[in-house]
Amino acid sequence: MMTVIGIILTLILSVLFPGIIAITKAKVSGRKPPFILQPLFDILRLFRKTTIYSTTTSFIFQLAPLVYFASVIIALLFIPFFGDTGVFSFEGDFVFFAYLLAFGKFFMIIGAMDTGSSFEGMGANREAFYSLLVEPAYFLLMGSLALLSNHISFADLFSALHFNTDLAYLVIPVSVYVFLFITMVENSRMPVDDPKTHLELTMVHEVMVLDNSAFDLALIHIAGWLKFVIYGTLIANFLINGQESILLKSLEFVGINIFFAILIGAVESFRARNKLAKNPQWIIMLSALAIIVFITTLIITSKLILN
Amino acid sequence: MDILLLKFLLLFSLALFFVSKKYQHALAFGIQIVLIALTSYWAVNTWLSDTPEQILSFLSIYGHPVNLRIDYLASFFILVVNFTMLTGMMYAKGYLKAYFEKKNQMEFGLHYFSFLWLHISMILVCSIHDGYGFLMTWELMSLASFFLVIFESENKETIKAGIKYLIQMHIGFAFLLIAFLYASASSNTGLGFDGLALYFSNHAPMPLFLLFFIGFGIKAGFIPLHTWLPHAHPAAPSHVSGVMSGVMIKIGIYGILRVLTYIHSDLLPIGVFILFISLGSGILGVTIAIAQHDIKRLLAYHSIENIGIIGIGIGIGIIGLALHIPILAVFGFAGGLLHILNHSLFKSLLFYAAGNVYQQTHTRNIEELGGLIKKMPKTAILFLLGSLAISGLPPFNGFISEFLIYFGMFKGLLVGDLHADILILAGFLSLVLIGGLAVFCFTKVFSIIFLGTPRSEKAKHANEVSNSMLLPKLFIGLLIVAIGFVPTLFIQPLNEVVKLFTGDLAIPVSINPLFYKIAVVYLLFVGLIIGLWLLRKRQQRKYDIKTGPTWGCAYEGADPAITQYTASSYADNLREFSNLAMNIHAHKVEFEETEIFPSEKEFASHSSDIFEENLIKHPTNRLLAYLEKIAVFQTGKLQHYLLYALIFIFIIFLLTVFKVI
Repeated sequence: MMTVIGIILTLILSVLFPGIIAITKAKVSGRKPPFILQPLFDILRLFRKTTIYSTTTSFIFQLAPLVYFASVIIALLFIPFFGDTGVFSFEGDFVFFAYLLAFGKFFMIIGAMDTGSSFEGMGANREAFYSLLVEPAYFLLMGSLALLSNHISFADLFSALHFNTDLAYLVIPVSVYVFLFITMVENSRMPVDDPKTHLELTMVHEVMVLDNSAFDLALIHIAGWLKFVIYGTLIANFLINGQESILLKSLEFVGINIFFAILIGAVESFRARNKLAKNPQWIIMLSALAIIVFITTLIITSKLILN
Repeated sequence: MDILLLKFLLLFSLALFFVSKKYQHALAFGIQIVLIALTSYWAVNTWLSDTPEQILSFLSIYGHPVNLRIDYLASFFILVVNFTMLTGMMYAKGYLKAYFEKKNQMEFGLHYFSFLWLHISMILVCSIHDGYGFLMTWELMSLASFFLVIFESENKETIKAGIKYLIQMHIGFAFLLIAFLYASASSNTGLGFDGLALYFSNHAPMPLFLLFFIGFGIKAGFIPLHTWLPHAHPAAPSHVSGVMSGVMIKIGIYGILRVLTYIHSDLLPIGVFILFISLGSGILGVTIAIAQHDIKRLLAYHSIENIGIIGIGIGIGIIGLALHIPILAVFGFAGGLLHILNHSLFKSLLFYAAGNVYQQTHTRNIEELGGLIKKMPKTAILFLLGSLAISGLPPFNGFISEFLIYFGMFKGLLVGDLHADILILAGFLSLVLIGGLAVFCFTKVFSIIFLGTPRSEKAKHANEVSNSMLLPKLFIGLLIVAIGFVPTLFIQPLNEVVKLFTGDLAIPVSINPLFYKIAVVYLLFVGLIIGLWLLRKRQQRKYDIKTGPTWGCAYEGADPAITQYTASSYADNLREFSNLAMNIHAHKVEFEETEIFPSEKEFASHSSDIFEENLIKHPTNRLLAYLEKIAVFQTGKLQHYLLYALIFIFIIFLLTVFKVI
């Protein structure tokens, strides 16, 4: 039941997400905020546009947005909703989840390279590099949670987190912090990349899609929003206790995601963008934090005994 | 009866030297088909007849019987070898056409003869337990592959690579010989694997295991024993690189696995050793691969990476046995073994596809390629399939074996103690890193070779290859997809092999629903993509499609062939991070401040293998320099040599006078 509600809410939230970020940023910088659905209207307009394909490109370029979008949609079906499993759930599904998203990313990268543009080459290259660096943090975190909860599927792992031991709350704040920034890296947002700079030389994700238009571009944008909410929901799973009533859980879920969007808006407003060359170090810092989580977990589960 | 047929085939292979050039391939193919039918029958029979081992008496050397013993491990390897050698032979037909005029009948005869004997010797190596027989067939395997590597012997580099290969194989052989002799001498048994059981039950296993590991590891290509690989693979013709990388290096893994079946005590240090050397091989192999420009050299380094993944599986499996974590042991071994099959598939596919590219463009330097997807779409799709599979991405086979290893590791993490957990942590972190780096590398290779615009004249005139060269790749591709979608068909038979190591433990049938679920997800995924495609078709019918040049950020003067991203620039990001392993040297001429009209500038970068430099090149150079100093005595004058003799006698005389000797 929660799964169905959760997926519907996720879809609705994903539409609101960019609007909330935009509103936050406008408010903070003292501008008049746009209507919350403005990003959606922008995208809907893309569906009524003529597609332009570069003569350099092949069918890879046409296939890439579809594969990327499909991979995100399927990944959505793996997300657990606070005690309830996702549509698909099996042991080790978080490994599958990561590899599925990587599959989509593989296609986006070769799609960008297909245009033969040096700018898109840079973007593609950075995308490949950053996701390679961020992956260990994700796996370390999931490994720690598995250790803590004694389960290796998304749903069991999160739900067991809340009853096993109160000590779990020791690792949750750091885990949430790491997850938050994994989200930022995966979506190429601040402080890794500023989607609003409009300088092709320093962009990551936005520069990869320079040549996409109409339907394809719309899919890519929607996939980006969905990815935000997917990670937002994973973070919400840390915080929401699965035993509460469905209504309360739904409210909490919506609240957390809206807060998450506002937080991203605030981070993007107040935080400067990393120097591009410093990005790798910064991303590896996330893995370092995740290792601390892992060691803490070893101590909590009394496998590592300090005396 | 079967044995008689096998012996007849061995003799009949000589006929290859006596038929004309036109029919040599057909004859070799015919012999190979019979060989494959016969040995596959033996192998499958082991599974069907429920006998753990079939013993066929093969030869007797001076009254000393040499039997073929086909157990589950041997039959697994025989099947893997048979499939890849079959596709290799099929691919060779089209690939060797380009050499038809250049080479004479004897050269072709030798090539096919060696190819057949490589196949035969690999099967024999897997099924002979007797020491003499094993070492002889092991040597046969090295020799046959040596002749295959030096096919283009008019090329000096090829000969050099071949000699390098031959020497390193014999260093490996020496280690194996010492290991066998030592085991048989210290436990008073005959030379061979059977004696090992007795040896390992009485002695600490680590020293002897290390000897075997070095001997077999040189074949398998674990870092730092890998230095022959990046030379031999580019030098060999593509079908040979395909089978060498696909199956021959796995015979090294077979050897290690065979030895492991006899070790039942002190397993932990062995497991830790294998795990760490494997994760080193995995990470370094793929990192060095990223720095390469030569497509076949790059693929050779990827073989090292995949040997690393296989080793991680096996190492984790042994650690599971040692620490009594059954689930770790079972899934580790199953993942490692399945990856042997998987790697043999996608690596041979990639090498054959690289062969297509080489045949059409006559260059292996990826910096000269580009845009080939328009000229060779079928090759491009097959190469893409191989790239996705080798990167371990779903829904293809590479993901399944890596998933099994992950599954075992995460399950083991829950029940293991601190030591186990830290080892598992190292294991899965490196597997994650290897996966990410492989994606990085193969997005690069595929994009630079097949996408964008051609970077040189060579790439402009490529055409799609003949169907006979595409057909074997199609077979491999189908199997890759099959393992990806219905892995249970392959995992359940593999259980018998896993049991050789774990006793009675095997992958439970309860894992099957998990893979069915994954298959459903795949179908949904594919369905979704098709649905989106149709939707877009509708949208585009209504709103039209236009074409134009790639968006150059409002600058239209740039020539895309020059400005597009290159392999070096793609790798540059990582280079800043791990130049210690990649060891890239760049030479460039900088602009000077006084240059008002800049002259032509140049930039070149190349990568050299840091292990080869420090383990082989520098020590041998130093030794040579030292030996050159000694060479001052070699003056070429008879008088001097007489003088040396006189001095020698004089010294002996003095020594006896002072009663030193």
